[in-house]
Amino acid sequence: MSQITEPGTLQPLPLHSGDVTADTDIARPPSPSLLAHARYVVAENPVTGLAFVLFVLIVAAALFGPSLVPYDPLASNTAAALQPPSAAHWFGTDQLGRDIFSRVVVATRLDLGIAVASVALVFVLGGLAGVAAGYFGGWTDRIVGRIADTIMAFPLFVLAMGIVAALGNTVTNIVIATAIINFPLYARVARAEANVRREAGFVQAARLSGNSEARIVLGHVLPNIMPIMVVQMSLTMGYAILNAAGLSFIGLGVRPPQPEWGIMVAEGAAFIVSGEWWIALFPGLALMLAVFCFNLLGDGVRDLVDPQRRT
Amino acid sequence: MTAPPLLDIAGLTVEFMTRRGTVTAVEKVDLEVRKGETVGIVGESGSGKSVTSYAVMRILDRAGRIATGSITFSGIDVGRAAESAVRELRGREMSMIFQNPRAALNPIRKVGHQLEDVLIEHAQASPRDARAKAIEALAQVKIANPAERYHAYPFELSGGMCQRVVIAIALACQPQLLIADEPTTGLDVTTQKAVMDLVVELTRARGMSSILITHDLGLAAAYCDRVVVMQQGKVVETAPSAAIFEAPRHAYTRKLMRATPRSGVTLRDLLPQGAAPAGATPRRQREPAAPLLVVENLVKEYPRQGVVGKLRHLFTNKLEPEDEKPFRAVDGISFEVGRGETVGLVGESGCGKSTTSMMITRLLDPTSGRILFDGEDIGTIPAKGFARLQQRRRIQMVFQDPTDSLNPRFSAARAIADPILQLGDKLSKRALQSRVEELATLVGLPTALLDRFPHQLSGGQKARVGIARAMALDPDLVILDEPTAALDVSVQAVVLNLLDDLKARLGMSYLFVSHDLNVVRLLCDRVIVMRQGRIVETGRTERVLEAPAAAYTRELLAAIPHPPV
Repeated sequence: MSQITEPGTLQPLPLHSGDVTADTDIARPPSPSLLAHARYVVAENPVTGLAFVLFVLIVAAALFGPSLVPYDPLASNTAAALQPPSAAHWFGTDQLGRDIFSRVVVATRLDLGIAVASVALVFVLGGLAGVAAGYFGGWTDRIVGRIADTIMAFPLFVLAMGIVAALGNTVTNIVIATAIINFPLYARVARAEANVRREAGFVQAARLSGNSEARIVLGHVLPNIMPIMVVQMSLTMGYAILNAAGLSFIGLGVRPPQPEWGIMVAEGAAFIVSGEWWIALFPGLALMLAVFCFNLLGDGVRDLVDPQRRT
Repeated sequence: MTAPPLLDIAGLTVEFMTRRGTVTAVEKVDLEVRKGETVGIVGESGSGKSVTSYAVMRILDRAGRIATGSITFSGIDVGRAAESAVRELRGREMSMIFQNPRAALNPIRKVGHQLEDVLIEHAQASPRDARAKAIEALAQVKIANPAERYHAYPFELSGGMCQRVVIAIALACQPQLLIADEPTTGLDVTTQKAVMDLVVELTRARGMSSILITHDLGLAAAYCDRVVVMQQGKVVETAPSAAIFEAPRHAYTRKLMRATPRSGVTLRDLLPQGAAPAGATPRRQREPAAPLLVVENLVKEYPRQGVVGKLRHLFTNKLEPEDEKPFRAVDGISFEVGRGETVGLVGESGCGKSTTSMMITRLLDPTSGRILFDGEDIGTIPAKGFARLQQRRRIQMVFQDPTDSLNPRFSAARAIADPILQLGDKLSKRALQSRVEELATLVGLPTALLDRFPHQLSGGQKARVGIARAMALDPDLVILDEPTAALDVSVQAVVLNLLDDLKARLGMSYLFVSHDLNVVRLLCDRVIVMRQGRIVETGRTERVLEAPAAAYTRELLAAIPHPPV
């Protein structure tokens, strides 16, 4: 046993080799805090700020919407059917006299819920499969790669329709279908990023430190590709919302009378020719804003998590 | 000299706009280059030497701007001239060679075509005779078989060859000024000599002026007429190269010179005056115990998978002998490392030294041969399973690039603790923390920096974290894979001394992998010179470096730029 294992017996090395003042290079000051950095990103790109505001609004609508809206989204009132936007009904009413504003706000929770669940699912499945493929290579890579190729070979929306039709017409199956069609995106991004880091110095060093392969993948490689994956999540979130609404639009998944943007647009579409434009317009706008918000947010999140932009 | 200088930089200040406000990268630099003169700009990273040359070429990136001062190139004010006028100057009147030749060439175009582009762009050739002129230009930079190489892609050429092509492109339009920004960094020492000799020969023959930007004082002194030393954006000393070595005036120049490894000095001499105790640490004599590491007939083969060979195999179903014979990266080498000994493994890129060290650290499986560590053959244990074994504790490594080898998302403390957490005895949180602090103190890393992440640390500090991590488990053998190659020369001096002190205190053995014979001279008891997977020469350091037996060792030694002392 050498002396170093007995704590307390060690004295610092003499100045001539250990002193930092002997280093000519000076350490950079610590990076600004995440909050200060977020402020900077928003100030530099106001559109990102707008997206953050929209995001907060959408989340608030999803969380508190049902308890805040002025009318019961399911209560029909035939006396007040097909009324244009007014002070009483901001977005007007539909053919059954239901308040469209209330329905649009209440629908946020369902649409966002489907998107978040499917993105979380595909993040875990696609992310892990991709990281494993990129890190281990060989057969793992081939299998994951071919699965991704197979999915990509289908027109994705048609594939999603097929999956929901085959598995059954439920919200859970919409989540699963949306996750499956996003799988190649996640698997490929994760694979490429993990592959680059496979022979990186810190991975070799982790091997020397006695980390098992599984621990290197989960503890060293995965955390380093998280920023890119988070950006990917934000970008696909908008796509997932669109996909869920699209499936509902053609009558799969969510069923009426449950408020959901896609169904509302589908129901309202028939009335546009007769001049009742508001029934389809407002849920459509909500859908557009949500997708728009998540896409813009992706750019902002990328700026936020990219360490290069921090200094 | 009465004629006006070709390039006259007066009071140049370059500023960069950053988030933290304006940063002055170059401050009030005066510099002139006369016709036919070679000027060296020497400095460590961050000294502003590259920024100065970018300002001359007007290729500063968007955040940078020339705040004050003027750059006059043969009567034209480059700083204020219109972009179109500067574009005319670039390439035709002044051109530049960059550090990484492979990155400077378009990877998917034949080098001949890239050369033609420049010739045609600057009206040096018509499309009809461009090809002949391009081949001639390749011949001028001494590329063998220029007509054949004309069709080569950059990836088919070696680093030195690529740099020759870049030089050919740079010189294609007979410029008056050539700026070479670290032209040989990353090249082998013999290639470095060939490339530098070529640059000097061509510029002299054409009466051109040139600026050589380098961190290597020896290189600048050997090839330049005058040397300009820069530190933190300012010129601290300008002198003819002979004078600067004989009588450096500025303290920083003296410090740089001291820190440059060279023959006839000891490790302690590299440190600034006053910092080192008098006298060198005496080289410890090896006790005649059984060697710690014995390598016997170690071989690593890689299958050759040429596209041509594969196609031939597909279509004719028979393999040509040369396709069948695998490539031997390491070709049957044997050596030993004694207890407490430092052995240098020297060679140029591709000689198999890194492959050898990877096999010894058990990150790579050997094809055949034995690796006896403390009497036990560890070569037979598959690399995959080795990570969790107790032997893992005893063989550790310090990596070449301190930035790349630290996990960007681990703090310094977490990085140092990683081997202890994985392989060490179970420690309480407090014991672990005190152990990490102890290690940090040992390598001279202030404990206040332990919470920082790699990007918040300087190069020297990152190197210390890497060393502390390697020492965390009290290894018996540490492989040092060019541990200072990515560091500035003054930081290198400190880190080398630290490594030597650590060995004296902890009594482990080092296998020091390097291409730099000057560094090996300082640290190693014995040297092994490798070439093309084989050992060319081995022996005690003084013997090998002073009386080399092999022709290749002599060639390596001769290629080291010697300052005119």
